[in-house]
Amino acid sequence: MIRFPLVFDISRTHLLSKIKQTTVASLGVTFGIGTYIILMGFMTGLNGLLDGLILNRTPHIQVFNKTTPSEIQPVERFNKATTDLHYVHSVKPKARLERIHNALPLLSELRRHQQVKGATPQTTAKVFYLAGANKLNGVLNGIQVREEIRLFNFKDYITEGDVLSLVRRKNSILLGAGIAKNLSLSVGDRIQVMSTNGTTFSLLVSGIFQSGLAEVDDVQSYISLPMAQQILGAGRNHITRLHVKLFEMADAVPLARTIETLYDLRALDIKTANAQFDTGSDIRNLISYAVSITLLLVAGFGIYNILNMFIYEKMNDIAILKATGFTGTDVKWIFITQAMVIGLLGGTMGLIMGYGVSIFIDNLPFITEALPTIKTYPINYDPLVYISGVAFALTSTFLAGYLPARKAQQIDPVEIIRGQ
Amino acid sequence: MLETRHIDKYFLEPVKFHVLKDINIELQKGEFVSIMGKSGCGKSTLLYILSTMDTAYEGELWIDGDKMSDLTQNELARIRNEKIGFVFQFHYLLPEFTVLKNVMLPALKLGREDVEGIRARAMEKLEILGVSDQANKKAYRISGGQKQRVSIARALINDPKIIMGDEPTGNLDSKNSENVFNILKTLCDSMGMSLLVVTHDIDFAERTDRIIEMGDGTIL
Ligand SMILES: Nc1ncnc2c1ncn2[C@@H]1O[C@H](COP(=O)(O)OP(=O)(O)O)[C@@H](O)[C@H]1O
Ligand SMILES: [Mg+2]
Repeated sequence: MIRFPLVFDISRTHLLSKIKQTTVASLGVTFGIGTYIILMGFMTGLNGLLDGLILNRTPHIQVFNKTTPSEIQPVERFNKATTDLHYVHSVKPKARLERIHNALPLLSELRRHQQVKGATPQTTAKVFYLAGANKLNGVLNGIQVREEIRLFNFKDYITEGDVLSLVRRKNSILLGAGIAKNLSLSVGDRIQVMSTNGTTFSLLVSGIFQSGLAEVDDVQSYISLPMAQQILGAGRNHITRLHVKLFEMADAVPLARTIETLYDLRALDIKTANAQFDTGSDIRNLISYAVSITLLLVAGFGIYNILNMFIYEKMNDIAILKATGFTGTDVKWIFITQAMVIGLLGGTMGLIMGYGVSIFIDNLPFITEALPTIKTYPINYDPLVYISGVAFALTSTFLAGYLPARKAQQIDPVEIIRGQ
Repeated sequence: MLETRHIDKYFLEPVKFHVLKDINIELQKGEFVSIMGKSGCGKSTLLYILSTMDTAYEGELWIDGDKMSDLTQNELARIRNEKIGFVFQFHYLLPEFTVLKNVMLPALKLGREDVEGIRARAMEKLEILGVSDQANKKAYRISGGQKQRVSIARALINDPKIIMGDEPTGNLDSKNSENVFNILKTLCDSMGMSLLVVTHDIDFAERTDRIIEMGDGTIL
């Protein structure tokens, strides 16, 4: 029978008599766990931020007109019955309108679908921004701004001005940050744009739009949907894109497939659109796990070494304990307890250190053009990271302690006593 | 109380060596026996077997009516804890523990009494050996003679049936040696313990009940 209070008492005396080594070993665990928590908090925080950016802002499905050549060429329909091979060289997509055919009925159909949280129409108009003698290429997106805010956090992109001005004044424009800079315009100024058929419009800059991607911010601006249709000289049913947000992102792929089979349209799902983004997250996660596990392993080896040393120094104690009636199992637990105490102490300090440094990083300013709404570094305080950190500290110290403790269990007291 | 039947022991390293040859001894309850013999004749080796710490031998060892070779390591540990007190030639104490704690440890392991009772009895034993004033010092802070007496107190703590000593006075001056002998003798007479002590000290041996002479691994 093992008497744990006694085992603990002996362990405590041993640890206190070697306070320096105990501290060093604990600090090893502290740094391992602390760094694990900081790294995971930071990395998952960053991933969460980027995920959030993508997931919150990107449509789950984008619907627009196809510009790929028809899969089945007319000759194949005509000569279907014959066994001849047909070669058609230099196949081109057929000319088609940019607008989606019957967009409004399709839009209300999508909005009624039970998996769909919402859908927004967009009309894209190619224009020139006029600046003195210069004409700059540009794209105006006509949007329903309230729906864009509700579904795609459109507000996050607006760094200056008032996003709802698009609703109040038909001729307002949320100007791309790059254009504003190039033409030295700011909120309240006016800008001339010329449509492809030569008509010019004067728009009021009521806000600045910044996505963080230079090639977007240098070209794109946002106006209200009716304004875009007016610039194109088209009617209310001229809609070039539909953006769909679902309740469950997982439904995006099958629903996009369904839309493509039902309508002669391209439906791009978020998985396909952001394939490389997923890979990025995965690799970041992989790296943080690899680094953390390496750190914890190093801490584990530290404990293993120090405990081996403890046992070497305590050979006499082990022999005496065994000679006076302690069993090998008692001795084993005396040393496992020491390892666990080191792990628990170091783990707790690691939690405190990890949490403290996380708070510190959380308050560091992090200003980047790409993420206009982010002011400090993102940190994730997921309790799971803390729990798994402590769990790992305890298991690794247990294992690191177990092997040397097994050796102590098997020490032959006669050999030690004879050796004196 | 203690009996050996045809005990043989070999060392295999570095070369095969027959260190104990057909050892048959018997120790009665309350008997004080000393073992003498030239250095290297196998006295310590025999004592390690008798103390149940060494189990690599042939033949039978009986303690208090039980055959030791039938028992598991854990049961042997229990026998050492409960029935045997061992006093080493060198003062074997746990250096970082207090003197009192050193004496208490085997009793705490046995767990027959609560901690307070054990503490009181440990103080009592230290009193008997005249070192109770050292009780709260760390064991590495007391002198050699004091350590030896503390280790005798520890051997006594569980009121064992047998006390074994491997040259317990080997490191002591004649005055301390005399002291230790008197203490052991008194214990033997008053408490009915059996004592088995290896010694080089002929004066010491001649005052015990019986001397077992050993030479070259055999009883002479
Ligand atoms: N672990 C060992 N391996 C081999 N030979 C040993 C070992 N321990 C002791 N011996 C030998 O066994 C003999 C008896 O040793 P020991 O019992 O210590 O003698 P004593 O205590 O009578 O002086 C000696 O010759 C010694 O060299
Ligand atoms: Mg010897």
